[in-house]
Amino acid sequence: MSVLWEVFVRPRRGLAHAHVGSLHAADAETALRNARDVYTRRSEGVSLWVVPASMITASSPDEQDSFFEPAGDKVYRHPTFYEVPDAVDQM
Amino acid sequence: MTTFEQVIEDLGRVEPRDAMPDDYRATLIRQIAQHAHSEIIGMQPEGAWITRAPSLRRKAILLAKVQDEAGHGLYLYAAAETLGVDRADLLDALHTGRQKYSSIFNYPSLTWADVGTIGWLVDGAAIVNQVPLCRCSYGPYARAMVRICKEESFHQRQGFESLHALSHGTPEQHAMAQDALDRWWWPALMMFGPPDSASPNSERSTAWGIKRFSNDTLRQRFVDMTVPQAAVLGLRIPDDDLAWNEERGSWDFGEVDFAELAEVVAGRGPCNAERIAHKVRADAEGAWVREAADAYAASGGAR
Ligand SMILES: [Fe+2]
Ligand SMILES: [Fe+2]
Repeated sequence: MSVLWEVFVRPRRGLAHAHVGSLHAADAETALRNARDVYTRRSEGVSLWVVPASMITASSPDEQDSFFEPAGDKVYRHPTFYEVPDAVDQM
Repeated sequence: MTTFEQVIEDLGRVEPRDAMPDDYRATLIRQIAQHAHSEIIGMQPEGAWITRAPSLRRKAILLAKVQDEAGHGLYLYAAAETLGVDRADLLDALHTGRQKYSSIFNYPSLTWADVGTIGWLVDGAAIVNQVPLCRCSYGPYARAMVRICKEESFHQRQGFESLHALSHGTPEQHAMAQDALDRWWWPALMMFGPPDSASPNSERSTAWGIKRFSNDTLRQRFVDMTVPQAAVLGLRIPDDDLAWNEERGSWDFGEVDFAELAEVVAGRGPCNAERIAHKVRADAEGAWVREAADAYAASGGAR
């Protein structure tokens, strides 16, 4: 049976792969060829990843607030939290 | 206020696994599927001319254009599937007439000039319809539209160039170009749908951030863009009521025959039966390829 694959493209060297969409294919190699034809007809990429959609574990949008909450009250993780004397030009 | 309502109010994006009202989901599935079907059926009027293109250059261009439309259909089926439907079911709905596609593709492409005219007018109208959808509230649909819009401008330009060559060619070629415009002009205006006064679902779609401009607004925008282009082509738009309205800063135009649009949408256009029959046949004739691919995958790639 044809499976759903998620497609990731690296637009050019130095950039990370980014998700661009999905497609159907029976196996990985066909998925890769289909991804080339569907998502990179105008040289949009130099590298492709295809991943079976069923292999992705995702965080749940319902828990978005509680799941990401631990980062919310830790302002001291940001450089702007700290005061630096005027005498220091750049830090 | 629910998270969904908040996102809509902030002009944000709804993403696939977010909670959303059933009607919002159903409306999007219907619209995206209909859009995908239009891309796929839309390959037929031009595809019929690939083997008869007048030069290798035109043939390569047309092939690339039609291939893009297949890609557009695939982006959109993928976007629809994020809403929890299966592509096979959507195709079945198309084949059995439960879901529709754009009325424009039910008109025949009789001459080579029709191919240029379709690129110029049909893809041109599609651009006017689609650009606002790049900001639609449903993330996957909006992202697919961004990709599509980038490719559409090639479609429109190649059509305009091809038609320009004909309209500035021999008297016979010019007449062929004029004939194509005469036949495609009004159906192109119908692509924007019924008039605002008879478009019952528009208000809700607008409230949900799916639709950003009314049918009549987009139709007017298309006319205003296209009239000067027709002048450059040296072709006459077949509308005696077409006149510049100084006060509005827009072109007045004649009445669109919405009764004809209703007939075509109801399945009684010139090519409705032919388009679906062709699609069903192509699907059946391609079945062995899909079966072979599945068998190969099941065998673990062994020969
Ligand atoms: Fe398209
Ligand atoms: Fe197009």
